[in-house]
Amino acid sequence: MPVNEARFLSTNPLKSSQPLGAAYAFLGIEGAMPLLHGSQGCTAFALVLFVRHFKETIPLQTTAMNEISTVLGGADHLEEAIVNIRTRANPQLIGVCTTALVETRGEDFAAEIAAIRSRRADALGDCHIVLAGTPDFKGSIEEGWSAAVTAMIETLTQPAVRRDPERLVILAPSHFTVGDIETVRQTVEAFGFSPVILPDISGSLDGTVPDRWISSTYGGTPVGDIETLGAASHCIAIGEHMRGPAEALRGKTGLAYTLLPTLTGLAAADRFVTLLARLSGRPVPAPIRRRRSQLQDAMLDGHFQFGGRKVAIAAEPDLLYQMASFFTEMGAEITVAIAATPDSPILAAVPAEVTVGDLGDLEDRAAGVDLLVSHAHGRQASDRLGIPLFRVGFPIFDRLGAQHRRTALYEGTRELIFEVANTLLAADRHHPTPQSLNPLRNKETFHDSRPSPEPRRY
Amino acid sequence: MSLKARIATIFDEPACPTNREKSDTVRRKGCSKPLTPGAAAGGCAFDGAKIVLQPVTDVAHLVHGPLACEGNSWDNRHSASSGSDLWRRSFTTDLSELDIVMGTGEKKLFKAIRTIVERHDPPAVFVYSTCVTALIGDDMAAVCKRASERFGRPVVPVEAPGFAGSKSLGNKLAGQTLLEHVIGTVEPDDVTPYDVNILGEYNLVGEFWFVKPLLEDLGIRLRAVIPGDARYHDIATAHRAKANMIVCSSALINLARGMQERWGIPYFEGSFYGISDTSAAIRGICRLLVEEGAPADLLDRAEVLIAREEAIAWQRIAPLRPRLAGKRVLLNTGGVKSWSMVDALQEAGMEVIRTSIKKSTEEDKARALAALKDEKHLFDRLAPREIYRILAEGEADIMLSGSRTQFIALKAKTPWLDVNQERHHPYAGYEGNVELLKRIDLAVNSPVFPALRTPAPWDEAGRLTDAADASAEVAHSFRKFAGGALDDADDC
Repeated sequence: MPVNEARFLSTNPLKSSQPLGAAYAFLGIEGAMPLLHGSQGCTAFALVLFVRHFKETIPLQTTAMNEISTVLGGADHLEEAIVNIRTRANPQLIGVCTTALVETRGEDFAAEIAAIRSRRADALGDCHIVLAGTPDFKGSIEEGWSAAVTAMIETLTQPAVRRDPERLVILAPSHFTVGDIETVRQTVEAFGFSPVILPDISGSLDGTVPDRWISSTYGGTPVGDIETLGAASHCIAIGEHMRGPAEALRGKTGLAYTLLPTLTGLAAADRFVTLLARLSGRPVPAPIRRRRSQLQDAMLDGHFQFGGRKVAIAAEPDLLYQMASFFTEMGAEITVAIAATPDSPILAAVPAEVTVGDLGDLEDRAAGVDLLVSHAHGRQASDRLGIPLFRVGFPIFDRLGAQHRRTALYEGTRELIFEVANTLLAADRHHPTPQSLNPLRNKETFHDSRPSPEPRRY
Repeated sequence: MSLKARIATIFDEPACPTNREKSDTVRRKGCSKPLTPGAAAGGCAFDGAKIVLQPVTDVAHLVHGPLACEGNSWDNRHSASSGSDLWRRSFTTDLSELDIVMGTGEKKLFKAIRTIVERHDPPAVFVYSTCVTALIGDDMAAVCKRASERFGRPVVPVEAPGFAGSKSLGNKLAGQTLLEHVIGTVEPDDVTPYDVNILGEYNLVGEFWFVKPLLEDLGIRLRAVIPGDARYHDIATAHRAKANMIVCSSALINLARGMQERWGIPYFEGSFYGISDTSAAIRGICRLLVEEGAPADLLDRAEVLIAREEAIAWQRIAPLRPRLAGKRVLLNTGGVKSWSMVDALQEAGMEVIRTSIKKSTEEDKARALAALKDEKHLFDRLAPREIYRILAEGEADIMLSGSRTQFIALKAKTPWLDVNQERHHPYAGYEGNVELLKRIDLAVNSPVFPALRTPAPWDEAGRLTDAADASAEVAHSFRKFAGGALDDADDC
């Protein structure tokens, strides 16, 4: 079980807030507007982080709670915000994400929203309102993402009246990029399925340039598809944090699901493809078999760079599991594993001793490793320790193209191998010196286990 | 001396054991095996000469020829330098069609040398001939002589054009060049009874630095290590060493013999690969030095050091032995490594199922045979298809070889480790031996290979092979995640 030490201070946080995770999920819905129910700052900070990561305009609104509304109750602000958003942006869905402020105050948001719905029925029309309870004081992106998807299913999905054998529901995890989702979609389609991917940021955050100005999301999972999710033949949930939504879907529609903890790595990709072959009754198409072979070759060429390397990872639980499994399968050793949050059962399956902590913990423990793996905020630890940082997850604000990097399935794993190997190769610039190899001087510290002599910037 | 005469001298090498066994007539034919067009692999004489000389660190190495000779081969080796990095820079005259047709190559060469001297001011310039410049008859020796006078420093012609023969011949032509032009041209004023040269040591990835401090700890002075981390001045004074150790046996045998003949320096052959070989090499150096007049206590001090360093090495190897014991190795290197590597591997409990004796001398072969007991474990050359078969059928757990055969092993989904010149890890000496075994451990026990050897869950047509597997059927029974290892899809 993860080590969860009593702590009084978080140094260089690893977590992002739960409402950010929920808003992120709403960004994967077509014509959606996430609305953070809290003070203006809650939204502004999340918005800035989104924009830095995606390099896109991000639709995100706030109920702009102030001192008076905090004391007297935020229902008016919520109502005003919902009506204003409806009037100005005309979204099909408003995703209300609560924050620590309003949750601490404690209100019956569901009742408020129901009241707003009936009171302002004319103004709201067919605009859906989904409420995700996501106080900042709990969880992180994965939990918020999961809560929002669960809320969408609970609110929107109708009991199933029929099953379409060609329809497949994919519940995508928060760490899937646009590239991952596109890859999953193509793979699923290759078996003759038409997938409904929820959430689907590949249509909304894939960095396209539309020919007109749109103030809500464009692309993403259509609300209509969420309503009819139950009309599928099966549901595949990816990542432990998608169990909640899958359970909700099963509860509402009776749709069976398979939970795959990760799609990264040869065996994990095999499991996914095998499942598709079984569900469809079709053989595995030749292009997919060829990509499997390409991955095998990438593993052969890449394993030299992984063998014996020590890796320190700090990430949200499912991403931590994905990356730790990947590195272990390639022959590296996970010497430090920091989880952002303590509750996920997946942490027990991480092939290393997991500590719940922050990037300060990563920095304290990672001296001497060959590679740090975390989001972009790990760069300070990287600079000070002189150890290269491999960026994964959210946010990645100091590199371009984060949304198109892939880790899923054969092609994603192949790219991941190359990218990690190249990072390690680029860092291997300390040439041997007579001092570094002198066997009489280095009896205690074996030459290849010492950190590189001078901190460098990565 | 003309190239032809020089090659003849090399073919007549009296110290070469292969040569000694030949009759006079056979010997006159030379030892260059005729290459089979369409089925030849391996470098040319230019390549061989460049390999031997390029690691001399403070010298500018200028290749006189069209681009390919240098342009396609530079910066491909990992010798390490403790000083200048000039040797890593690539200099070539890059002859154009016009140069060749108009015969302006010599002028271009002279100007190239001048540019190098002006920009880099090296203590010496080595100029390498190539097929084209040898063919069109550029008088490189004359240009070098003129440049040497003009620029006040040695400009050494290295005449080993590619067509002259094999890489091995090129190695020897390089040794010959050092004998003729470099060694003995400077008199040192700091000679001690403990001066030795190491010949044929390339300091790959700095691996000789695993050994050098041990020798220095005994008071031994390395006058020149040729060519690894050598400086021009070291080599120029190498004739005042008391003893030579030759590492890569056949490559520089003529250099060792020539130095013995000219300056009376005794030599012996040894290796720094493997623990017992490293100890034997240290003993050999000390023995020769004592024979040449160094105080006899050197031998006792050497034994103390050997005992200490061996103990440390064994201690480091102990945790690796259980992971390596019984692993079967296909050793596909040849030369001195046909036996020196065998010792190193057997020391760690591994079994060498076969070793290549290509490029090995008769003596190498004898030692390899002694180590492996049976002729059937030795092979001259294995066809790639045969290597693939051996590995794919699981007759060996790992192949150690050079990068040329790397992909045969990898495509057979078999661990492989580079033990030739392109490798990235130092393997010499006690510490290097530990490193080698560590690298073998990482390769042979990498989780990647079992994963890759697990067959795809479908057949060649993409049809699932184990359709009856219940866990993969879409189970409708509810199974709660129990928090254990997530080996299987969690169906619900």
